Amino acid sequence: MSLLEMKQVQAYYGGIHALKGIDLAVEEGEIVSLIGSNGAGKSTTLKAICGQVKTKGTISFAGKEIQAQPPHATALSGIAHVPEGRRIFPKLTVKENLEMGAFSVRDKKVIRERIERAFAHFPRLKERYHQQGGTMSGGEQQMLAIARAMMMKPRILLLDEPSMGLAPVMVDQIFEIIEELNREGTTILLVEQNAYQALQIASRGYVIQTGEIIMQDSARALLHSELVKEAYLA
Amino acid sequence: MLSSILSSLPQVLIDGLALGAIYAVVALGYTMVYGILELINFAHGEVFMTGAFVGTATLFIFDDAGFLSSAPGWIVYFLVILISMIITGLLGVLIERIAYRPLRRAPKLISLISAIGVSFVLQDLIRFIAELITGNYIVSGISLFRGTFELGTSSLSSTFNDSFVKNNTFIIIGVAILLMLALDLFVNRTKWGVAMRAVAQDRETASLMSINVNKVIVLTFFIGSALGGATGVLFAQQYGTIDPYIGYILGLKAFTAAVLGGIGNIRGAMFGGLAIGLLEMFASANLGLITHGNFGSEYKDVFAFAILILVLIFKPEGLFGRAVKEKV
Ligand SMILES: Nc1ncnc2c1ncn2[C@@H]1O[C@H](COP(=O)(O)OP(=O)(O)OP(=O)(O)O)[C@@H](O)[C@H]1O
Ligand SMILES: [Mg+2]
Repeated sequence: MSLLEMKQVQAYYGGIHALKGIDLAVEEGEIVSLIGSNGAGKSTTLKAICGQVKTKGTISFAGKEIQAQPPHATALSGIAHVPEGRRIFPKLTVKENLEMGAFSVRDKKVIRERIERAFAHFPRLKERYHQQGGTMSGGEQQMLAIARAMMMKPRILLLDEPSMGLAPVMVDQIFEIIEELNREGTTILLVEQNAYQALQIASRGYVIQTGEIIMQDSARALLHSELVKEAYLA
Repeated sequence: MLSSILSSLPQVLIDGLALGAIYAVVALGYTMVYGILELINFAHGEVFMTGAFVGTATLFIFDDAGFLSSAPGWIVYFLVILISMIITGLLGVLIERIAYRPLRRAPKLISLISAIGVSFVLQDLIRFIAELITGNYIVSGISLFRGTFELGTSSLSSTFNDSFVKNNTFIIIGVAILLMLALDLFVNRTKWGVAMRAVAQDRETASLMSINVNKVIVLTFFIGSALGGATGVLFAQQYGTIDPYIGYILGLKAFTAAVLGGIGNIRGAMFGGLAIGLLEMFASANLGLITHGNFGSEYKDVFAFAILILVLIFKPEGLFGRAVKEKV
């Protein structure tokens, strides 16, 4: 049984048919990349999983159907989502942002430990601990967004274009962190336009186009496929 | 002219501070709800009014039970404020549930009209109940701390006169400061308080953190309304007589205070309330003098709204607001 499974998932924004029946599965421990061009429906797929858009079809997580759950309940069941554009709380400090990530955790000691772990992954956050989130650089905000999501110790981490708008060095660093989090046991579904790097760290990949999955294969096979090369690696 | 303005200054400052404290605490209710929902809760003035009536009714009930003669005044005062806060807090939650939540996805103008409707309903409901019980919708309550205190401000400087201050004025200032401090601590130091700010800044993302946004909204209405209700009790104690329409002008001025401080900004609302209270008292004491009798103290309200208009023209985001979208 897959950790996360979408079957024939459809989504509408008013009259726009954004997802036209998505089938997708992520196994425990994997990194799966979802690639596609602007407006293909990548973000909508992640929003569908979290309950942020109304959907038809079934979405199951760890054996339970979750398509009817509101977003705060999906988060509670172990799905963390780093949304497109990072969405740091701009007027909260780094500390407060991290604490919000651990909103469901009661034990102060556990929160403290997770903050220490976040510092281990992102030493920069320690220096910026009392700074307001909105005043940090794009790269720092992306680190904070990922660290914040990890505060709830999710079983799966959904990442929406974490490399967007970052300098190449920073992009490399973010991809390294993603692999590291995966090695430590977090399953990852990665949405990227940066198809080359996304497929290099993934075990499998899906290609989405205008709301439909048009290809799925091992990441290696996708990297060498003519279609992917032409459309996304150019 | 200057010397007579100066001589009354201590009195103006103390009375202005008390009035401003009332505006400030009521303004918090407007600003908190706006911060979360971008909705101007025009029924908030009526929640304040309901608080005044609940407090007055509670005192009558205590009196009938013989409680007033047996318990110390400050305990009674505390209990009355507490009861009023709980009831108005629940009223606020009820208003959100019935009048705003079903309209959350509707254009803001629709919710605004719903809010105005709630105002009328509350005015009529309280009027109906008051007339049913007392035979009149204008109600004179029981005052707990009647006395007046003479402050020897003239001994500070010979330009000042002595000030005469109702005992209750000190209570207003004290309670208001306590409430504001408590709210400030809550919003900045507690998990749910920080969650409230998070929801105000980005509701969608807050829900991804497993924050139940509806719970936070309910909490916001409860706290904002309870603050309004507590202020209603302070107001009723200060003026002795209340009617179902006291929330209208006072609500508008508190709203002005919230806008002045930058709506959505909690500390801004506190500052805005104090500023408007002080300016209004100053105008009320000195307008006649300054204009050689052409405008009397009855023009003091024009003053508050003239300030609002000036601020809106020159700094539409309020004195402490940011031009960027930022709330609470
Ligand atoms: N809130 C919305 N209202 C209406 N239409 C929307 C909304 N969000 C997305 N869409 C539409 O749904 C489609 C899929 O959008 P989505 O954001 O999922 O694309 P994406 O693959 O994430 O693109 P990008 O790479 O630019 O982020 C697009 O056609 C978009 O215009
Ligand atoms: Mg997107």
